[in-house]
Amino acid sequence: MVQFNLPENSKILKGKYFKDKTGSSNIKKVYIYRWSPESNENPREDTFEVDMNTCGNKVLDILNKIKNEIDSSLTYRRSCAHGVCGSCAMNIDGINTLSCMKSHKDIGGDIRIYPLPHLKVIKDLVADLSTLYKQYESIEPWLKVKEAEFQKKEVKQSKENRDKLDGLYECIMCACCSTSCPSYWWNGEKYLGPAVLLQAYRWISDSRDEEKKMRLKMVADKLKLYRCHTIMNCTSACPKGLNPAKAIGSIKKMLATT
Amino acid sequence: MSSYKIIDHEYDVLVVGAGGAGLRAAVGLSESGLKTACISKVFPTRSHTSAAQGGISAALGNAGEDDWRWHMYDTVKGSDWLGDQDSIEYLCKEAPNAVIELEHYGVPFSRTKEGKIYQRAFGGMTKNYGNEPIQRTCAAADRTGHAILHTLYGQALKHKTEFFIEYFVLDLLMKNGECKGVIAWNLNKGTIHRFRSHMTILATGGYGKVYYSATAAHTCTGDGNGMVLRAGLPLQDMEFVQFHPTGLYGIGCLISEAVRGEGGFLLNSKGERFMEKYAPKTKDLASRDVVSRSIAIEINEGRGIGENKDYVHLHIEHVDPKIIESRLPGISETVETFVGRDVTKEPIPVVPTVHYNMGGIPTNYKAEAITLNDKEKTISGLMAIGEAACVSVHGANRLGSNSLVDLIVFGKAAAKRAAELVKKNSPHEEISKSEADKSLDRFDKLRNRNGSNKTSELRLSMQKIMQSKCAVFRTEKTLKEAVDEIKKPYEGMQSIFVKDKSLIFNTDLMEALEFDNLIRQAMTTIKSAYFRKESRGAHAREDYPKRDDSNYMKHTLSWQNGVEVRIDYKPVNLSTLTNDVQTFPPKERVY
Repeated sequence: MVQFNLPENSKILKGKYFKDKTGSSNIKKVYIYRWSPESNENPREDTFEVDMNTCGNKVLDILNKIKNEIDSSLTYRRSCAHGVCGSCAMNIDGINTLSCMKSHKDIGGDIRIYPLPHLKVIKDLVADLSTLYKQYESIEPWLKVKEAEFQKKEVKQSKENRDKLDGLYECIMCACCSTSCPSYWWNGEKYLGPAVLLQAYRWISDSRDEEKKMRLKMVADKLKLYRCHTIMNCTSACPKGLNPAKAIGSIKKMLATT
Repeated sequence: MSSYKIIDHEYDVLVVGAGGAGLRAAVGLSESGLKTACISKVFPTRSHTSAAQGGISAALGNAGEDDWRWHMYDTVKGSDWLGDQDSIEYLCKEAPNAVIELEHYGVPFSRTKEGKIYQRAFGGMTKNYGNEPIQRTCAAADRTGHAILHTLYGQALKHKTEFFIEYFVLDLLMKNGECKGVIAWNLNKGTIHRFRSHMTILATGGYGKVYYSATAAHTCTGDGNGMVLRAGLPLQDMEFVQFHPTGLYGIGCLISEAVRGEGGFLLNSKGERFMEKYAPKTKDLASRDVVSRSIAIEINEGRGIGENKDYVHLHIEHVDPKIIESRLPGISETVETFVGRDVTKEPIPVVPTVHYNMGGIPTNYKAEAITLNDKEKTISGLMAIGEAACVSVHGANRLGSNSLVDLIVFGKAAAKRAAELVKKNSPHEEISKSEADKSLDRFDKLRNRNGSNKTSELRLSMQKIMQSKCAVFRTEKTLKEAVDEIKKPYEGMQSIFVKDKSLIFNTDLMEALEFDNLIRQAMTTIKSAYFRKESRGAHAREDYPKRDDSNYMKHTLSWQNGVEVRIDYKPVNLSTLTNDVQTFPPKERVY
């Protein structure tokens, strides 16, 4: 058997222990991944005892409570706090999701919080999404119509055709799906991954767009598209209830039938 | 002092902020061939435009006859005659084209049977100068802001706008009263950058986070407003803070006005449809300040719901579930996630919640920033758009769905004006090193301060003061107390404690810098409110319940220097821009 070992400086060490100072009887233990690029130390897992009597319902409330009251150096992205901006995606209790939508009451016992998996870590829970953003750019996410078509009126679209965009345009690019995909873990540089393919399909499906064929051709590649092996982690991870696996399947089907 | 290495950049134009306004401006600028950089502290699609739900107003007339003049009348009336009528004319006249343009960019608007853009009813939007509600608000289900923001980011990519993402702008670089660029901190690399430019467009959004409970995102800290105050320039009409009637009780998330636009209504604990009493004609679709005050009165008089009688119910369960599913899917999801209720079966608990800042950086209708120095003058090299700006199209109260259209129309106008003013690739002036040093000195001091005040505690104390003393209803007493009390958290910055001393993605330091921006805006808001002894739009004084046009039909300007806030005024522009429409003279505002 081949032995896989992390390099010495990547091993996650046991970190600091922040003991509760409130004397609360309702304590939850929260383990959080910590790493700073400016120290020469290994990543570590800190433990925080958090008073749940004075904490909101979501995992983001726990993080905010820790940052505000216990350790202000804890680093994570957050913005809207109600599931529309996609900033606070992370791995909570082993599952990629948005911390602002995930209720901690759904998690029995202690909680373990890590950055989105298989991305470079910038600091603590902040992961580097720049590759995914470049891939998003590569599918040319804008409507393609001939300039001559531009008039003073809207391009008409039937209700039925507009309905085809439901389940696609709602994607908030939080990257929970792509970073839960084993294929994307292995070939993240070349495989576009579920988030970006869902977006590609959003533009392929838009009845107003005139470059459907070119768009299909653009993704018809054994690495860009066919690294999807219908594992379906993407669909179970999506915090917005979207179905990237189905979108990828639809692209494959279109390619097979045209 | 500062030993920070500075990395230099030169651009024709800078846009600070990448929400709806910033991106629309960046698209226009890139199209015009100007070398443009767009700097944002968050990835563009994380901007708070994404949270806009109900829609974008424009007199397209897709659901029956409409006229931009009717839209203009509604906006002037909504503003309680504090809006500038030249800017409002420009907004409403340009709105239809701006929305059609968005559709051409690819925004997935909901559709009518004929395949046109779907329009819904919204508060304060009426037919034929105030007669009856009209469907003027163009919608992509209840995710219109999200749809627009993502589409605009795509357009910016198409036009190869250069982005500097997760860069936090610290300050404007000023020289002889002119803006020459900005200084910024790259969060990902921990480096300091100086951007020189001929035009800087601030599109940095509102400052909702000065309050404890707001629909605003954590990132809504009005950073551009803070920079303007530090540069010795004024902000305008800061006392006008919009409370959205329907924030989700206990959580603060926005529950779109679209719920009422699609037939929803409010009930108190006695089961009374109380809006009939306060706004007989438009009822639940009166403008936001009116509905928020009505809810506050119901609660104050003991007709609130719940254990503490401190909220009311928004009902939509009588509407066909299919309509709810197609037009309000986001609301259904939010209510399910945050309070565990099914909106097709149960009412939604709501309470007025801070939502929007009508005030901001004063500009003319071309988006050029202005100041008052004996007389009004434009500030060379500086523009402002979106919620950061005060054009002023919203005056004392903004109508729902007028903010998205404000972003797009004035984002486009700013790009157009910048293209007229800036010559491509013209050389940049030298700026003295001291200008950057001043900003880096502030940065370095905050970073290395080891006092006893946590940023979170100073912020909380500011938020509690704002929430309790500068709320829906205000009085001389509460405002006077607030004027004094707010100095404490400001002075508290002198002994702030920033634990994280690093430079890469130091959100501890960033929150301290954001607090520095917020507290200045809190001080100007309170002082502006204190000196306006009348009730107009969102500024409701219990001790001065009437609008006072003879003394207060004027914009407040406020400058901040340490704990001192200086107030001055400038007239409201009642003249229209062209002869296409006549001025709407002030009259009593009844809905």
